[in-house]
Amino acid sequence: MTGSGDRNRATPADGGARTPGDGVASPAGGAAVPAGGGAHAPADGAAAAPGWVKSARQVERERLRRRRTARSGSIATASTVLVIVLLLWAFTASPGWPRVRETFFDPGQFVSALPDVLSGFLLNIKIFLIAEPLILVLGLLVALARNLRAPVFFPLRALAVAYTDVFRGVPTILIIYLVGFGLPALGLQGTPTDLATLGVIALTLSYGAYVAEVFRAGIDSVHPSQVAAARSLGLSHGKAMRYVVVPQAVRRVVPPLLNDFVSLQKDTALVATIGPLEALRQAQIHVASTFNYTPYLAAALLFIVLTIPMARFTDYLAARSQRRRGQ
Amino acid sequence: MSLLTIDGVWKNYHGHSVLRGIDLSVEAHEVVCLIGASGSGKSTLLRCVNLLETVDDGTIHLDGQEITDVRADADDVRRRIGIVFQAFNLFPHMTVLDNITLAPRKVHGTGRERAEEEARELLGRFGLADKALAYPDRLSGGQQQRVAIIRALATRPRLMLLDEVTSALDPELVTEVLGIIRELKDTGMTMILTTHEMGFCREIADTVCFLDGGVLLERGTPEQVFTDPRQPRTREFLRSVLDARRL
Repeated sequence: MTGSGDRNRATPADGGARTPGDGVASPAGGAAVPAGGGAHAPADGAAAAPGWVKSARQVERERLRRRRTARSGSIATASTVLVIVLLLWAFTASPGWPRVRETFFDPGQFVSALPDVLSGFLLNIKIFLIAEPLILVLGLLVALARNLRAPVFFPLRALAVAYTDVFRGVPTILIIYLVGFGLPALGLQGTPTDLATLGVIALTLSYGAYVAEVFRAGIDSVHPSQVAAARSLGLSHGKAMRYVVVPQAVRRVVPPLLNDFVSLQKDTALVATIGPLEALRQAQIHVASTFNYTPYLAAALLFIVLTIPMARFTDYLAARSQRRRGQ
Repeated sequence: MSLLTIDGVWKNYHGHSVLRGIDLSVEAHEVVCLIGASGSGKSTLLRCVNLLETVDDGTIHLDGQEITDVRADADDVRRRIGIVFQAFNLFPHMTVLDNITLAPRKVHGTGRERAEEEARELLGRFGLADKALAYPDRLSGGQQQRVAIIRALATRPRLMLLDEVTSALDPELVTEVLGIIRELKDTGMTMILTTHEMGFCREIADTVCFLDGGVLLERGTPEQVFTDPRQPRTREFLRSVLDARRL
């Protein structure tokens, strides 16, 4: 039953006098309650059970609780408003503020740059959407390669270790330079020359190493007894991984993976350094022609608009898995 | 020829011997009960039989084949042995039906339809017909353990190993799990079980073995071991168990 239902049920008890008759007459039509039964009402948060009429004590308790909630709400609001006012004042009172307002917060520049920045931003989204599944596949394959046992696969295992070591150690922007300028220079047939494609390759290589480690942590977190149970049923190591370990591992690492993807969304801007016309590059072009930095602000806003929902979704998933574990 | 022959098996952990030369043979259709204090090596012995642990010395033969041979195919050996753990170890991301049909389908190559049909038949036989599509976390401990037993049975093992299968259960749930083991005995299943339920052990076992400090100290019929133990250590253990029960 919902909260409003609870309040309805509490009404008869509000009068103070509680007799078994009140239970019968209550709107919810619950069965009569033995005298004094209400004093042992279920713990807070329990759904109204048939035959339960809230005691005056419980009604008073809930009233106090509501009042306390309302009070914390107003305190939080007041303190937030105060902090925002102070921050704004600190900004606008600084000696350089008039200049900053002119160069970073020019509405005219914002409006004129936005269409170009937005069209560039579509490329960021495209890079992100293509890179993300590639990263997932690469990461999982590398994590699995590190778990291979058979001696034949030793080179593969060593390669996987070397890959994660190298690509986690090199800054993403360097990888983008190396792939963006180095790969075409090889002059191999079939090497992509499209700058955005090269960006996707660089981001995939860089993030694949991180995601591989996330997957590996997930695989390691599945309790050995699960492997023992699978092996004891006659499943080979590979089948135990495929049907028992990896499905559980993947479920567990969804929140950290999403966190990496929030980070990937903004790092698509790093691809600007090799030249494709994405949001940051478009903003740079506008800035270069007007000497006004407002287009950067426009680009920043677009990235925030994209990453905030993703971040909230990550929080939601993390909270959900926390709740599940608490059961 | 015995179904299972354990011959002089040793197992060491970190310089400490958990099993110190165990000899034991199990005939087809025999139910062997291993008793002994925690740490006496009962569970380790079962894990060695299932090759979840490698023995440090001695041999184990199943159906005349030496399964402790390093060239033996461990997966093939495990296909013939079912094991049930104290902590159930059901796969939490699969329904009861998928838990049970995983090995028949992916190891034995049974078709999905046939595997599910057989699984449902087993579930029905053990009173869990309505739980086929439930996930393990929706089941009580007793139900989970019964599913774990069915999962092990579904591969039609030659031998079942039951490792303290009632130890993690509330007392009122123990009965339903013991019931299923009784039924298994009636079907002629060969079983080795470790348990702290002395009454049940006495009722179901053909042979009782008392392990102490990694040594098989005493072996006999339940009647002999429980009423007239030859070893003073066995007598002491049984007395302490009975005392605990009386409290």
